[in-house]
Amino acid sequence: MDNVLLSRMLFGTSMAFHIIFATLTVGISLMIFFGELMRVIRKDNDYAVLAKRLTKGLAILLGVAIPTGTIVAVMLSLLWPGFMEIVGQVIALPFQIEIFAFFLESLFLAIYVYAADRLTTPMRIISSFFIAFGAVASAVLITSAHAWMNTPEGFDIINGAITNVNPLSAALSTSFWATSLHVVSTAYMTGAFVLVAVAAYKLMKPSITDAERRYHHKGMLLALIFGLGMSLWTGLTGHDTTVMLYEEIPIKLAAAEGLFETQSNAPLTLFGVPSPEENEVIGGIEIPGLLSWLATYSTDGVIQGLNDFPQEDWPPLIVHTLFNVMVFIGGGLIAISGGGLLYWFLKRKTKDFVFPKWMLAAFVASGPLAMIGIETGWIFSCTGRQPWTIFNIQRTSEAATTSGNLGIIFFFFAVLYAVLLVITSLVLYFYFKRNPLAQDMNAIGS
Amino acid sequence: MEPVYLGILLIWILLFIYAVAGSIDFGTGFWAMYYERRNNVQASRIANNFLSPAWKVTNVFLVLLVVAFVALFPGAAPTLGTLMIVPLCLVLLLLTIRSAFMVYAFSTEKYSRVLTLVSGICGLIIPAILISILPAAIGGFVTVAGDQQYILLDGLLQSPAFYTHIGFGLMTELFISSLFMADYAKEAGDFDTARTYRRNALILGPLTLVIAIAAIFTLIPEAPWMFDNFMDLWGWYTASLFAFAIGYSALWWPSKNRELGQPRMALIFTVIQFGLASLAYGMAHLPYLLYPDVTIYNSFTNETMFHYLLIGFIIGLAILIPVFIWFWRLFFKDKAYLQSDGHDY
Ligand code: HDD
Ligand code: HEM
Ligand code: HEM
Repeated sequence: MDNVLLSRMLFGTSMAFHIIFATLTVGISLMIFFGELMRVIRKDNDYAVLAKRLTKGLAILLGVAIPTGTIVAVMLSLLWPGFMEIVGQVIALPFQIEIFAFFLESLFLAIYVYAADRLTTPMRIISSFFIAFGAVASAVLITSAHAWMNTPEGFDIINGAITNVNPLSAALSTSFWATSLHVVSTAYMTGAFVLVAVAAYKLMKPSITDAERRYHHKGMLLALIFGLGMSLWTGLTGHDTTVMLYEEIPIKLAAAEGLFETQSNAPLTLFGVPSPEENEVIGGIEIPGLLSWLATYSTDGVIQGLNDFPQEDWPPLIVHTLFNVMVFIGGGLIAISGGGLLYWFLKRKTKDFVFPKWMLAAFVASGPLAMIGIETGWIFSCTGRQPWTIFNIQRTSEAATTSGNLGIIFFFFAVLYAVLLVITSLVLYFYFKRNPLAQDMNAIGS
Repeated sequence: MEPVYLGILLIWILLFIYAVAGSIDFGTGFWAMYYERRNNVQASRIANNFLSPAWKVTNVFLVLLVVAFVALFPGAAPTLGTLMIVPLCLVLLLLTIRSAFMVYAFSTEKYSRVLTLVSGICGLIIPAILISILPAAIGGFVTVAGDQQYILLDGLLQSPAFYTHIGFGLMTELFISSLFMADYAKEAGDFDTARTYRRNALILGPLTLVIAIAAIFTLIPEAPWMFDNFMDLWGWYTASLFAFAIGYSALWWPSKNRELGQPRMALIFTVIQFGLASLAYGMAHLPYLLYPDVTIYNSFTNETMFHYLLIGFIIGLAILIPVFIWFWRLFFKDKAYLQSDGHDY
């Protein structure tokens, strides 16, 4: 295997692993802040219990998010030195500001966790706010760099040298707003659905006490409402991102949709396998005109197809599947949370209201589904940029390291990630098993 | 000052901060493990009281160092990246195991001892590996085969400088963290524990000095070009020796608690010593980042970016310094916290 492929595998695996924990910490830290607020507003200690348990989960997740983040940050320089050479001259600013967001989050987390008993209530709320703020700020800032890779701006290349650098217009490149709003909405919706999933799982257990049922039911409803809101917003921001692709990176849109011929009244094709030989998606379901309409708000809109571009510039066509999975999950989660809430709204007056088993099962699935959405979305975005690292500026092969020894390094990291995934799940599981809800409820008095 | 010198000074400051903070962090992790095994509950608990809120913050300094370096000297990324890929990936693996296992250990009772053992040992090795990169950066250990670059591991492994630097990394880490813990325990009013750590420092101090000198002398044959620079900088090294002597003697200075000396002063002077020596080392190394191809001049970023980064730094620090001070008060000054059975998270 050559260096470029090995670098892509190593970096992609590391990012895919980091993003699990990173997304969860963004979502969960917001929930903790909500918990602290609600506890004061509603004077309901259930929220104190919720915040406490979430904080424990957050502390464990950060134990992995932080070192894996360190891994990807260092690997970026080790594996893509050609890329970093340009980054350092053009888009170093968001990377640097991100560090201050990390500081904010780490300092306030330590204060919130280890000094909780010495903080006044306003101080506790402020601390939890800054944890959430630091987390979402780091996500937005790194997305700024990612967006710039899709729409590189803020510099000129004259005779191979970089000049006329404008760090601000690089950091706020054309795709920045659409992309970062989409990233934030999806991180929040994932946080919400993971909570929905945990609560639904508990509600399915026959042995649950009434106090626990009340607690989980309340938490689940709130998370469902928030999740529905966020998934609707995700649909909107996802649509904005698609329009951005249409305007800025038409080849990525064409690959995502499996569209070969440039046409007006272009169809939206669900699933199937794009085949360059046949010039169409085999086994896909076509909805005529929808793609044109989505990208241009008119079925007359012309969408460029892959055949307009030289084949060596095509991304791997697997991105069609990745894109479909992401969008499908987006629709599915709106359906699950919307349907669930509608059911609850209609039946809430019935005595001893409970959700039917199958609905709870769907809620349990919503957490993992959201996570799959995050993974497929990111891999789509990074793989769909291929063969470019910086779109139309730098090829991935020019960015990669020429160092040897990558195979063995990849092996070790892959083993590490597998082991961490297993142990972290076990630690979380056993921690909450050993410290059951009833114990925290008694301690806090709810 | 010319931007490029300001840039490298900034890197040195960050490197220095991380060298000290990282040594304390990893060293303390090791002591927490060591004293847990020796059933010295107090010494281990106090180490953990420091560690639990602080390790995340220390880690951010590492990231800051890497990011600032690539942002200010992007031209060094290709060569330095190749040279460092193996040692840095090793560090990353160990760092991840160390941090994750430490957090796991705080969250389980049953396997806590094993997890702490692994995390303590991983942490102990990290500074040694990081410092062993120094002799590699003086050049001569990279080769090109086809279009791939390889690090000359056997060349490095046969170089005495490599081993003295590893030893130096270990000793400094243990020495500085002992001083720090002696002071931290004293602040907590736990004089028994403070004495334990002071005793460590008494043994480790001279060992650190010896191995530091050995490290310099083994380096000279590898890097004759640095030797001339060393000669011009002898004043710095003398000052650094003095600082060490003052710091070490502070362990016997009169204080309210007689057998304790003044660990705070000892720590401060040792850090000054470290600063003087590393600044001198850095100056002797200039203008090369990697001898002989990569200099600070040919790898520096453009001036526009430099100015933005500088402004970013200043604003960032202005926001963070109050938070740092608050953090310091809560975890380094507050008797109730220092004596508490801290980490239930
Ligand atoms: C739960 C996760 C999730 C869900 C349900 C969706 N997305 Fe998404 N999407 C992401 C998670 C995500 C992401 C992981 O956050 C990405 C990866 C890169 C990025 O900027 O955001 C992304 C990227 C991304 C891109 C590519 C941007 C680029 O390549 O730069 C497009 C066009 C869309 N999304 C469109 C949609 C549409 C139309 C959705 C329909 C509802 C949708 N996404 C749901
Ligand atoms: C869009 C995807 C990403 C998201 C949402 C994200 C988010 C996060 C979050 C929330 C944390 C925990 C912050 C803390 O507690 O300090 C984190 C840690 C980290 N991330 Fe990511 N990250 C992403 C991608 C990246 C990338 C591409 C890099 C590499 C440049 C990176 C570098 C880091 C680093 C260095 C840390 C550790 C910070 C520390 O030491 O505290 N992240 N990330
Ligand atoms: C956090 C979620 C992310 C995931 C799961 C992810 C996944 C991937 C994958 C799979 C690749 C290899 C692409 C291929 O070869 O097909 C890749 C490449 C890359 N990604 Fe991402 N990525 C993420 C976020 C980011 C962010 C936020 C940045 C920006 C700082 C980034 C920068 C890169 C770079 C520089 C490469 C290597 C060059 C290239 O292949 O174009 N990634 N990523």
